[in-house]
Amino acid sequence: MTVKIDEFRGVYLRESDFREKKVLYNEWNPNAQYAWDAGVAIGHYLAELKAGKLTGVRCNKCHRTVIPPRNFCEWCFRPMDDWVALPDTGTVNTFSLCYVTWDMQYLTDPEIPAVIDIDGTQPAVGIMHVLSEVQPDDVKIGMRVKAVWKPADEREGSILDIQYFKPL
Amino acid sequence: MGMPNVNRSLKRRVAVVGAGMTKFVRRAQETGKELSFEAASMALETCDLTLNDVDCVVHGTAPDSFDGVHMKGEYLADGSGAWRKPYTRCYVGGGTGVYAPIHGWYHVASGLFDICLVVCEEKMSSCQPHPQGAFLTIFDHTIERPLGPNLLWIFAMEMNRYMNTYGLKKEDIALVSVKNKRNAADHPCSLLGNADITLDDVLNSEVLAWPVQRLDVSPITDGAVALVLAAEHVAQRISDKPVWIEGVGWNLDTAYWTNRDLCYPRYVENAARMAYDMAGITEPRKQIHIAEPYDPFNYKELHHLEGLQLFDRGKAPEATALGITQRDGDLPVCPSGGLLGVGNPIAAAGLMKVAELFWQLREEAGARQVPGQPKRGVAQAWGDLMQVGTVVVMGT
Repeated sequence: MTVKIDEFRGVYLRESDFREKKVLYNEWNPNAQYAWDAGVAIGHYLAELKAGKLTGVRCNKCHRTVIPPRNFCEWCFRPMDDWVALPDTGTVNTFSLCYVTWDMQYLTDPEIPAVIDIDGTQPAVGIMHVLSEVQPDDVKIGMRVKAVWKPADEREGSILDIQYFKPL
Repeated sequence: MGMPNVNRSLKRRVAVVGAGMTKFVRRAQETGKELSFEAASMALETCDLTLNDVDCVVHGTAPDSFDGVHMKGEYLADGSGAWRKPYTRCYVGGGTGVYAPIHGWYHVASGLFDICLVVCEEKMSSCQPHPQGAFLTIFDHTIERPLGPNLLWIFAMEMNRYMNTYGLKKEDIALVSVKNKRNAADHPCSLLGNADITLDDVLNSEVLAWPVQRLDVSPITDGAVALVLAAEHVAQRISDKPVWIEGVGWNLDTAYWTNRDLCYPRYVENAARMAYDMAGITEPRKQIHIAEPYDPFNYKELHHLEGLQLFDRGKAPEATALGITQRDGDLPVCPSGGLLGVGNPIAAAGLMKVAELFWQLREEAGARQVPGQPKRGVAQAWGDLMQVGTVVVMGT
């Protein structure tokens, strides 16, 4: 191409083309709604969250304890062997300071998503959650954190029963 | 966990004999069908074929939710030249653009067809208010989506993990944006080519999701790319310089992405080893002359170069700083300008990389031509929940 092709096709539209109504278009606002079953493993996970506990699963063949729970081991492709109660503490594996929403609205105070390796998993594996009660500049990979739970009577069996993780 | 057994005694060799593409633009007047037609008809024209010569058609395009069109592959079939032909649409997320030619390759290598037209199209601009909305549904609906994630979260966290593991600074990574946007200034289809961009421009661009800043990431883009594949006996007859598909590989890691160490793309290594094995490549650092790794973010180019075994883990940034990956360096990387420079119409961007190898290996890349008569290149794409690697090795 470039040596053998003289012209590439495609017309670049600009914002002004829409403002000035130089182009035609139509719009559609779908109303798509879903109700997802939690399933066997995540169903149990959510029930335990409602009770204020984190739960993982153990595969004795692969010698690992993982979270979030799954009812089969995707490595050896057998049912998992045991539920394992895990503490609500862990280590920040990685994080971001996010100053934009999905539709690119700007945030003054960043959201702080993180992967948190949960204590008691083996080898250490994590879940995604958010951090709070910490200055953005103070967040570090390797930082020890603990879950902050909703009051028991407000928990409803959701990942949001943990409000966030904060530094230990 | 181990490598798959790959049959090296494949039935037939397959060549790329033609390529076409549209301009990559922020918002195209053309519909997806029209973009597909422009790229596909150009690819056929460049090798003096007509649709009558095409035995089968393969289409690659990303989520239906971008377009709001269910079964988008079927919708795009006419524009891709598939009228009353054996046709399939394939899809492995962001990895689709390099997977689609693999899908076409085995149609021909198997002996089933002699000529296959491969078309990749993406029209991201239709999705309002922002195509990121179409990506929100990749997160687990029960344990992740309630947290309100956006797509930048996971890439920012992967980038941070990569930087932290190897002690890298933003400067080390921003150099990739500078290189690729400068390279793209020589691409006639580019959206963001800029010959004058500097390291400071990248480092001073607005923070989106630290460590990701505006110029660390590729833009929303519309565009299409097409290739014509031919079996050896046909390619030798119709092409004065066929470029052979020497090896293909693809590999998928777990969707439990928080259970992986994000500092290294093991799935890219697996896909690369499969493709190298098929191509008879034992020392990729000597035998690969051009690389077009997937670069929707600047750190991804580095990450993927390491997964492709072209640099040691954590060492691709140093090679970039030394100029090794410049167009005139020892291993030119993204001489096209990549996704950061040419643009990122997802599936079309991946196939653009394969088209770039075709033009480079035929020494038809004009101002972008890498010196030294390159004989072999590798293209790679990546996607889904940071879990798929797709790899094609091509040679003359």
